[in-house]
Amino acid sequence: MSSVLELNDVSIQFGGLRAVGGLTFSIQPGELVGLIGPNGAGKTTVFNLITGVYQPTSGSIKFGGVSVPGHKPHQITKLGIARTFQNIRLFSSLSVFDNVRTAKMMHLQHGIAHSLFRGPAFLDEEAMIENEVFDLLDIFDLGKEASTPCKSLCYGDQRRLEIVRALATKPKLLLLDEPAAGMNPTEKEELMHLIQFIKDKFQISVLLVEHDMKVVMGICQRIAVLEYGVKIAEGTPAEIQSNPKVIAAYLGTEDGKGPLDA
Amino acid sequence: MQLLLKYRTQAFLLLALLVSFVVSQASDNIDGYVLQIMLVAGINIILAVSLNLVNGHTGQFSLGHAGFMGVGAYMSAAVSVEMGPSILGLLGGPSTLSHGVTFVIALLVGGLCAAVCGWMVGVPSLRLRGDYLAIVTLGFNEIIRVVFQNTSSSGPFGGALGMRGIPDYSTFFWVFGIAAICIYVVASMVNSTYGRGFLAVRDDEVASESMGVNTVRYKVVAFVLGAFFAGLAGGLYAHLFGAIDPKGFGFLKSVDIIIMVILGGMGSTLGVVVAAIGLTALNEQLRDAEKFRMIVFSILLIVMMIVRPQGLLPVTFEKKRRKSA
Repeated sequence: MSSVLELNDVSIQFGGLRAVGGLTFSIQPGELVGLIGPNGAGKTTVFNLITGVYQPTSGSIKFGGVSVPGHKPHQITKLGIARTFQNIRLFSSLSVFDNVRTAKMMHLQHGIAHSLFRGPAFLDEEAMIENEVFDLLDIFDLGKEASTPCKSLCYGDQRRLEIVRALATKPKLLLLDEPAAGMNPTEKEELMHLIQFIKDKFQISVLLVEHDMKVVMGICQRIAVLEYGVKIAEGTPAEIQSNPKVIAAYLGTEDGKGPLDA
Repeated sequence: MQLLLKYRTQAFLLLALLVSFVVSQASDNIDGYVLQIMLVAGINIILAVSLNLVNGHTGQFSLGHAGFMGVGAYMSAAVSVEMGPSILGLLGGPSTLSHGVTFVIALLVGGLCAAVCGWMVGVPSLRLRGDYLAIVTLGFNEIIRVVFQNTSSSGPFGGALGMRGIPDYSTFFWVFGIAAICIYVVASMVNSTYGRGFLAVRDDEVASESMGVNTVRYKVVAFVLGAFFAGLAGGLYAHLFGAIDPKGFGFLKSVDIIIMVILGGMGSTLGVVVAAIGLTALNEQLRDAEKFRMIVFSILLIVMMIVRPQGLLPVTFEKKRRKSA
């Protein structure tokens, strides 16, 4: 089976800082992969490379056979990669409904002219989008909040809405950037079920960046560990937990040296 | 009846056009002074609503709207002064129809020239954000003013003296008909799935991009369309007063329009229309106290910022409920 996403020897250099170095890594269809690492390891940078916010200095990123670098972020979304953000980035002045509707925009068959003439084709399409948005909101139990301004949702719901909005773009790969941040244990529990549910229901691959080990170890099939922009380990949760390099990266070694000092 | 409800936006537009036509036919019965103020208010509505698309809906702070208005005013005036007689001749002499056709051509040329300027300013400067964009548009406004000011005084644009003898084509029908079209275009565009992109760009560009919104394209569309309507407003202005000069399209005019947008509520079309009418009327009331005009406006802005920062009529959330299929 060919991979959904393939990173081959990807590096990015910011001035003298090598944020990600020689990262090789792939995601299979329907797989839930975790990406972990201590603070500043370059996890979000990897997200930004995949979504086209940054261009890699070297190496190749392929999504379904298409080379990602060179595409603008909105084009990459059209290819089928959707993401959420570490610090929630909803459209703060819009309602819950409109936040999701915005993500539907790129599927529009009709453009600006149709929105001006408002003919039957336009009205049909708007009605269809409205239905799709409500279907999606209902799945995540947000249907009754449709007209609520998104910023007055509670924190957990805002996180959920961001995921719904990303799903509205009909992605093949969903990137979640620390979805459990700021959640209490009950919410984290729910989130784990939610991610599993999304993966199965929508038949997509998920790449998860997360600090909460309980969440990562609980749901990921495979985990890659980054430190200082370099992949130091990859494997199943059990393998990762017993990997001495990973333990050293998080806790340090007995002689007080990091893994890269050796 | 169902059909009317389904196409109510278009029905409103037709109604507005019809009303402005009827009023226009009866405009001889309106006091000349009052009529003039109404027409100025109508032009201000076009300016404010079109600027609102750029500043309010798309969140790109432009300080150069009067520049686009100036381009439209000069170009359309040049068409009707220089080419008007030959167009009239071609259409078999002066008549209501041939005047109308000349005016439409003049307005369209003015609007399109302004739109091209909007595109030229927009494309390079849309890499800039916030204050930087404001400075670039302000600079553009000044460039337009200075360019027209430094044309030869014997040439078509008349240099610092400006142009005079522009035919007075701007009737109630034209001003309010175009205002209605402007409101219709901006409101119906923004209130569609396509148009949510403008608001998304305003709220968060990074998130917009990652939701598949082509932010550059939206910004350019907003700039070009805003400039086009500003150009039409300029054309109407030129053909209302019959004389224009570069000073009328300076930075202060841009500020006047921005005040209307801010007082009305950024992103609220109805609020901006109300503010445009109100401020035009207030401006007339202060005619005797010209010196204090800017002071009054400034105080008004400050009070507004303290008491009601969201504007006169802020945007409300549309009630959405699932329609039973």
